[in-house]
Amino acid sequence: MTRYLARRALTALVSVWLASVVVFGAVLAVPGDPAALILGMNAAPEALAAMRTRLGLDVPAPARYLRWSAGVVTGDLGESLQYQRPVGRLIRDRLGVSLPLALGAALLATLLAVPAGIFAALRRGTLWDPLLVLATQVGAAIPSFWLALLLILLFAVQLGWLPSGGFPGWDVSLGGSARALLLPVLALGLGQAAVMARLTRAAMLDVLSQDFVRTARAKGLAPFRVVGKHALRNALVTLITVLGLSLTNVFIGSIVVEQVFALPGLGRLALTAIGNRDYPLLQGVILLYAGTIVLLSFLVDLSYGWLDPRIRYA
Amino acid sequence: MGRRVPLNLALGLALVGLVVAAALVSYAWLPHDPQRLNFAAQFSGPTAANWLGTDHFGRDLFSRVLVGARATLYVGFIAVGIALSLGSLVGAVAGWVGGWFDELLMRLVDVLYAFPAILMALLLAAVYRPGTLTAMAAIGLATVPIFARLMRASVLSLRERDFVEAGRALGASEARLLWAHVLPSTLSPIVVQASLSLAVAVLAEAALSFLGLGTPPDVPSWGNMLREAQGSMVISPYAALVPGLAILVTVLGWSLLGDGLRDRLDPTTRA
Repeated sequence: MTRYLARRALTALVSVWLASVVVFGAVLAVPGDPAALILGMNAAPEALAAMRTRLGLDVPAPARYLRWSAGVVTGDLGESLQYQRPVGRLIRDRLGVSLPLALGAALLATLLAVPAGIFAALRRGTLWDPLLVLATQVGAAIPSFWLALLLILLFAVQLGWLPSGGFPGWDVSLGGSARALLLPVLALGLGQAAVMARLTRAAMLDVLSQDFVRTARAKGLAPFRVVGKHALRNALVTLITVLGLSLTNVFIGSIVVEQVFALPGLGRLALTAIGNRDYPLLQGVILLYAGTIVLLSFLVDLSYGWLDPRIRYA
Repeated sequence: MGRRVPLNLALGLALVGLVVAAALVSYAWLPHDPQRLNFAAQFSGPTAANWLGTDHFGRDLFSRVLVGARATLYVGFIAVGIALSLGSLVGAVAGWVGGWFDELLMRLVDVLYAFPAILMALLLAAVYRPGTLTAMAAIGLATVPIFARLMRASVLSLRERDFVEAGRALGASEARLLWAHVLPSTLSPIVVQASLSLAVAVLAEAALSFLGLGTPPDVPSWGNMLREAQGSMVISPYAALVPGLAILVTVLGWSLLGDGLRDRLDPTTRA
């Protein structure tokens, strides 16, 4: 297990390093002078020179990368040009919105999808199965931001039950903040539930068709035990993968949903950073997203090794 | 299986056909100029003049949806085309050559997994002016690893097979073996994946246009129609309903088509 863990950790670190090179390299690729792009055509030469120093453009690129990546390792992502505050602190503040949104959506999706997927697999051959499959096909095809608009129309405009957007802040109103996240969580989670339910069904069908399930049934075990103890356990490896994939999807999907509900999350931070050409901020946010994706896939692989000895000894 | 009607395939083909037809028709005929402002007909529901209603500028929604089908298909095809050609090339070479070269190529490709389409588009938007080109490149690049992995796996499983060995024994060059013997056998999973990836690409294009990182606002696309409709949907929901339905139909079409093709081409993966 230690060798497996070390190998996977090394691969993940290499991926994060390469991702940091990509994120850093993107700003290098900006055509023209980034300082002039930020300050405009008519900026004074002194202001341009000061901005170049601020962006570190007076130092050669490799040295700049070393300085930036050393900062990243120690948690210092530089200072935002627009907000004049450390990027790390801006990100931490916004995570208070994006993290509960993504986790809530993933939780909702799991709670809906896993039972639905198992149910469909067990009801194979009845009318339930094709109906559920069709529902998941349609559910997965609905764009989250459109579902968000429909939910606003119904629950905010027609019924007036929930706010159509905005976020009071956890320290201002705990209940109000939770209410503000309800519709976004629904918009993000429902579509993901459809994707997860399909994959859960496929994983269960795969396991249910295997010999040990037939043996368990032939031994006369109760159907509940066959599914709960034998089948589900063996489908777990696939389910964990599905969960990891879903977490990635909702984390990235939150960028769009935050925009619909005007939530002050990471995604909106990134979009404003683009509008303002706030490169340090944009680099920080994108690196965080990419790093999280690599971390999630690393955790999924770790759980494989833990759940299935065949994988860690391979 | 021969007797069963592949319902998903038929339905998928019908829906995709509908969207392709809409895009083609939009070049030959449109009920109204999709850009013409008509404040007298603002926020109208479906009428004899405007079959699907109008938006906040009184523009005809039906005409705009027809024209929007172009952007959807155009961006989708080019993005998946980029992913398919680049990904298949890298995957085929990695699987064929093997060893450290395979490891190196796949490591590099894996980095792209860390940048899903929206993230890639944010990155590209920082460098270039966001628009149709950056959206296509972002979706395409983000999809490369899927095709690379798929192609590599196919090539790995095929390269030791007898018919390849036979070709080698007959003196065929490595390039010829790969091109004429191995690649044709990898075609069906690639076609299936292309259809499924088109579904994802359509969703991504719409999301990027909605965020203002895709098709520019002066060109009607379903994503930016929804973006514009958000502000006025309280007054009239049609402008928010119609483009969303169009996206739903297209995504559903490609994913049903992909599933149907898979059932048809590879009975072993039938779920």
